[in-house]
Amino acid sequence: MSRLLRIDTNKRTFAFADMGAYAGLGGRALTSRLILEEVPALSHPLGASNKLVAAAGILTGTAAANSGRISLGAKSPLTGGIKESNSGGLFSQKMAKLGIQAMVFEDKPEDSAAPVVVVVKADGVSIVEAPELAGLGTYATSEKLLAAYGSRAAIMLIGPAGETCRLAASVQFTDPKGRPARAAGRGGLGAVMGSKKIKAVVVDDTGATGVPVADKDAFKAANKRWVEILGSHPVTSQGLPGFGTSILVNIINEAGALPTKNFRLGRFDQVADISGEKMVELMQARGGKPKEGCHPGCVIQCSQTFVDDKGGYLSSGLEYETVWAFGANCLINDIDDIARMDHACDDLGLDTIDMGNAVAVAMDGGIIPWGDSKAALELLHRVGDPKDSLGRIMGNGAKFAGQAFGVTRVAEVKGQALPAYDPRAVKGVGVTYATTPMGADHTAGYAVCQNILKCGGDVNPMTKAGQVELSKNLQIATAAIDAVGFCLFVAFAVLDTADAVQVMSDQIAAVTGKKFGPEDFLALGVNTLKDEIAFNTKAGFTKEHDQLPEFFAEPLAPHNTTWDFTPEELQGAKVS
Amino acid sequence: MHISVKCFATLAKHTPAGADRYEVADGATVADVVAALGVAPAEVKIVFVDGVAAALDAVVPDGGRVGIFPAVGGG
Repeated sequence: MSRLLRIDTNKRTFAFADMGAYAGLGGRALTSRLILEEVPALSHPLGASNKLVAAAGILTGTAAANSGRISLGAKSPLTGGIKESNSGGLFSQKMAKLGIQAMVFEDKPEDSAAPVVVVVKADGVSIVEAPELAGLGTYATSEKLLAAYGSRAAIMLIGPAGETCRLAASVQFTDPKGRPARAAGRGGLGAVMGSKKIKAVVVDDTGATGVPVADKDAFKAANKRWVEILGSHPVTSQGLPGFGTSILVNIINEAGALPTKNFRLGRFDQVADISGEKMVELMQARGGKPKEGCHPGCVIQCSQTFVDDKGGYLSSGLEYETVWAFGANCLINDIDDIARMDHACDDLGLDTIDMGNAVAVAMDGGIIPWGDSKAALELLHRVGDPKDSLGRIMGNGAKFAGQAFGVTRVAEVKGQALPAYDPRAVKGVGVTYATTPMGADHTAGYAVCQNILKCGGDVNPMTKAGQVELSKNLQIATAAIDAVGFCLFVAFAVLDTADAVQVMSDQIAAVTGKKFGPEDFLALGVNTLKDEIAFNTKAGFTKEHDQLPEFFAEPLAPHNTTWDFTPEELQGAKVS
Repeated sequence: MHISVKCFATLAKHTPAGADRYEVADGATVADVVAALGVAPAEVKIVFVDGVAAALDAVVPDGGRVGIFPAVGGG
């Protein structure tokens, strides 16, 4: 029987509660419903009224392939709207196996309070004061906590950026090797955790009863077909395991959509130095590992161990978005320094997308030179010093940096920085950036599939036709996938496989023992988006907030396309 | 005429020497270029000609930039 674990961060007490009105929900559907119901929309995101929710998906903890995602939800200090940011790692499966559908962190202690570690095991919960971890990076923190609580534990934690409530602070999660390299990066949720003085949450599922499955035979049959679907699609069975997510670097560049020099150009002339192909070549030559999973049950394996020229570990989960953000967008072609910046962000607990944009803004503002990877790395490291005012500015992300440096060219929507696809040359994802309740977010409706990758359809990326409807449908499907706990990369196979939605629905029905069909899957996505839009409306968001910055009206080389949607046209992408 | 042509990801090994100035017959189509490079058509998911997705029967212009990809995805 799944339950909620509510933790009062002020009184340092906890209580288990039945799911009640939240029964049947998981992942993003649960975080967004709970935030809508329990957090006043006008509350300060770093105040006592905000709550941080960590929810396992509906199928998380079962043997369903690629179902181990964790959803974090809160009112975002970066956007001022509702936020769901999800991550891989081991935490979610272990939490689910302990019968906990979600942890809800409530209230907040005095600013002078010491940070604490929450320890959750089969035999109980403890809240331990941990002043010795204050200001410590996530790598050193995880090492200490795994030494103290055993290697079977999984950790959710923040770094110095979260502790100082930086707006671009991430929440990091440990991977199967205990490295805190998986991130719920977006929206500054690390700052919410920091405001509540939670340095880390340790979960150990030793002795856990596991997630009950109502119809084991039906589940086994559905999961068998599910693994076949993922194992037979070329993207999930060859492309992602072979090259990681950076397989995208070359194709997005070729399409003229790789944002370069703070979104001035669509191609980077040194792209070959930062491509997925180059990364694999280096890992093979240096003794790294090009293919790893971030949680048990992953059949895609898009992660890696990236090492320097002496074989020393630099990063795992060195993603396309990160490589782009610190690479092409900053005119940096040194992949090792990009990996060092990724490591710095993971260790300090920062979102790499917002920080890559912030570094580009710093370059635009003349703070450091374009293409200077050493200066960029130093700028990131300064975030770790709470007395360093330039570091404090950078840690607040791209929008804040633009305000501080007098730079108007800041690629953001609702305060959140844009990901690695120029919306003028991939218009479908531009519609998503503008209209998702999350602020600029590619994962919320990844029209790159149909616009560029010819996956799940074929929609011309450079014209407006069909983009609004495409984005809307993808936003619905994505919200449902995020509720189930699936990794979004299953979507590549799902979009090209006729029975995939039925199979996902069959898995849910088999686990819960309740009727669940494709129409319920759709409703899960629609209802989640409705909750999120309802929260944002109460928080003061209007259609005027659903726009891209005005500089996207400038033509983008090589295709010289512009962003040309009106706010009214874009409203069609939102569920109502 | 000469074109520039590159193959990517699992097809990278088919990128020819002198890829920036690769000779093809006038009027060559995308399919002709794919065949000349020894790439199995079934392996090809997307071809860009000057940054725009092109069908196999599209004619490659003189000086054109061709990018040949298998199925790829990420994010």
